[in-house]
Amino acid sequence: MTVSRVINKVFMYLVLLLIALIMIVPFYEMFVLSTQSTKAIFSFPPPFWFGDNLIQNFHNMVAAVNVPRAFLNSCIISISYTSLVLLFCSMGGYAFAVYDFPGKSVLFRVLLVTMMVPWTAGIIPWFFMMSKFGWINNYLALIIPGCANAFGIFWMRQYCQNNVPRTLIEAAKIDGCSEWIIFFRIISPILLPAYSALGIMQFVNTWNDFMQPLLILRSTEVQTLPLMLKYMLGDPTRGTDMGAMMLASSCAVLPLLIVFLCASKFFMSGLTAGAIKE
Amino acid sequence: MRKDDNAILRKSTWTKMKRNKVAYAYISPFFILFAIFGLFPIASGLYISFFSWDGMSSMRFVGIRNYYRLLQDAIFWKSLYNTFFIGIIAHIPILLGALGLASILNSKLIKGVNLFKTMYFIPMLTSAVAVSIIFQNMFGYNFGLVNYALKSVGLNKIDWFGGSGKYINIAIIIMFAWKWIGWNMVIYLAGMQGINTDIFEAAIVDGASQFTIFRKITIPLLKPIIVFTIIQSTVGTINLFTEPFVLTNSLLGGSNHNGMTVMMYLLNKAPQGNNQYGFASACAYVLTLIIIVISMFTLGISEKNDDKPKRRRGRKS
Repeated sequence: MTVSRVINKVFMYLVLLLIALIMIVPFYEMFVLSTQSTKAIFSFPPPFWFGDNLIQNFHNMVAAVNVPRAFLNSCIISISYTSLVLLFCSMGGYAFAVYDFPGKSVLFRVLLVTMMVPWTAGIIPWFFMMSKFGWINNYLALIIPGCANAFGIFWMRQYCQNNVPRTLIEAAKIDGCSEWIIFFRIISPILLPAYSALGIMQFVNTWNDFMQPLLILRSTEVQTLPLMLKYMLGDPTRGTDMGAMMLASSCAVLPLLIVFLCASKFFMSGLTAGAIKE
Repeated sequence: MRKDDNAILRKSTWTKMKRNKVAYAYISPFFILFAIFGLFPIASGLYISFFSWDGMSSMRFVGIRNYYRLLQDAIFWKSLYNTFFIGIIAHIPILLGALGLASILNSKLIKGVNLFKTMYFIPMLTSAVAVSIIFQNMFGYNFGLVNYALKSVGLNKIDWFGGSGKYINIAIIIMFAWKWIGWNMVIYLAGMQGINTDIFEAAIVDGASQFTIFRKITIPLLKPIIVFTIIQSTVGTINLFTEPFVLTNSLLGGSNHNGMTVMMYLLNKAPQGNNQYGFASACAYVLTLIIIVISMFTLGISEKNDDKPKRRRGRKS
């Protein structure tokens, strides 16, 4: 019994460690290769330990692409999109949870149905609309269309239903608070955990998004980090400079990775909370 | 009399609406934005799909010819086949691996659960482009880590992206599974932790083996969550674009189109490669239809299975 149990346990640890190794090795290789010269990278066997070519790779990378600018673009898009999502979705979710207005159930059902329809159905006219609006190469095309999304409202509604006490709203109304003050001063602080969870989800998705920015952001000045990587890879003279390429990839991956490792528990509960509540 | 009642009702509805006008203000951003950026494009997409249009000159009505041409196109079928092949094969390790890992981490025999969870989750957070670039390097023929590993265990090197391109799919599958196992695992684990432990203890007292408990208790209780992840995966698979696009370094999916997914096919028709907007719209509609059919099918199957135990229990009591 005990022997089989020990074997069982060792086996479990081996499986877990093996999978963990598979998950981590690509990142380790990315960091290793970003310190190696291209010549070393294209040798066999590939290098497994850090080299001394980091500075040269850095120079090559800076010559090829504008990393700070891409970083800034990514930040502008992700932060403004996420802020708007939090504002509009919490307002919508709050309204559906607390108010009892005519047409509520029909409107909510409409909202749920829109979640089932994939946005790709209208991708071609959507692209045309953006160009008609003059939003090609414009951040607005990536920020405005999705900033009040059905998923966020649905999710905020679930949270409001369970956590906003009706008596608090009544008391505030008796005290003469206006609706806006009630929402921004009294309700918003209660929604803080929901804000952080939804915010994390939206931020990660926007930061890593590739397909929409690819269609919209066509000039190099407005490129986000993923687009910058693809641009560098497609460049016939620079794309073969693997060391610089890997360094650029590290630059795109590191910010989220650091944030995640610092607050992984918080992060994880936020992300799964959204999925489980479905 | 009737008329009066209606009038009063209408009046009270009106006052109710007036009293709640702030609620309408709160929900209006969604409905306005959805009407403009969701409903309108989806509706006009259907319209455009019946026309031949290059985006510049005037549109020419062609009826269902776009759909006919799409279904005649061997490359479309090839990309559809690739997408399904990648999606289905990749989900075997994703679902089984995630369930297995989640139940190991949930078994209370393991220390450092959070550390493992964090490590499995990292792939999910990273930009698909960056990850694809790393994998492209690791799958390299002469210098890649994967071939080095194969060679050191005595196997032959594989030309992942070259030759007839038959290994491109496998490379994409490996990458896809690598990315999604952690996400599914974290969701399943959260689901398992929500199960009341009394059930497990009762099963152990009754002498059930670990495997029986897993099969007869854990899986049925997790079913809504598993169905949710499968529907999510279906949409994700049909929309699969970034990884194969970067990995094969072209919209055409490498040699013999073996790494081409339907989303690449669609965007190659318009606006990334060509300018066949009507044709691309028809393609988008076909893909949407496929997503809806699979989602309903998955929901249907899960509901059918849900009925069975209920009925059995009903008969007994």
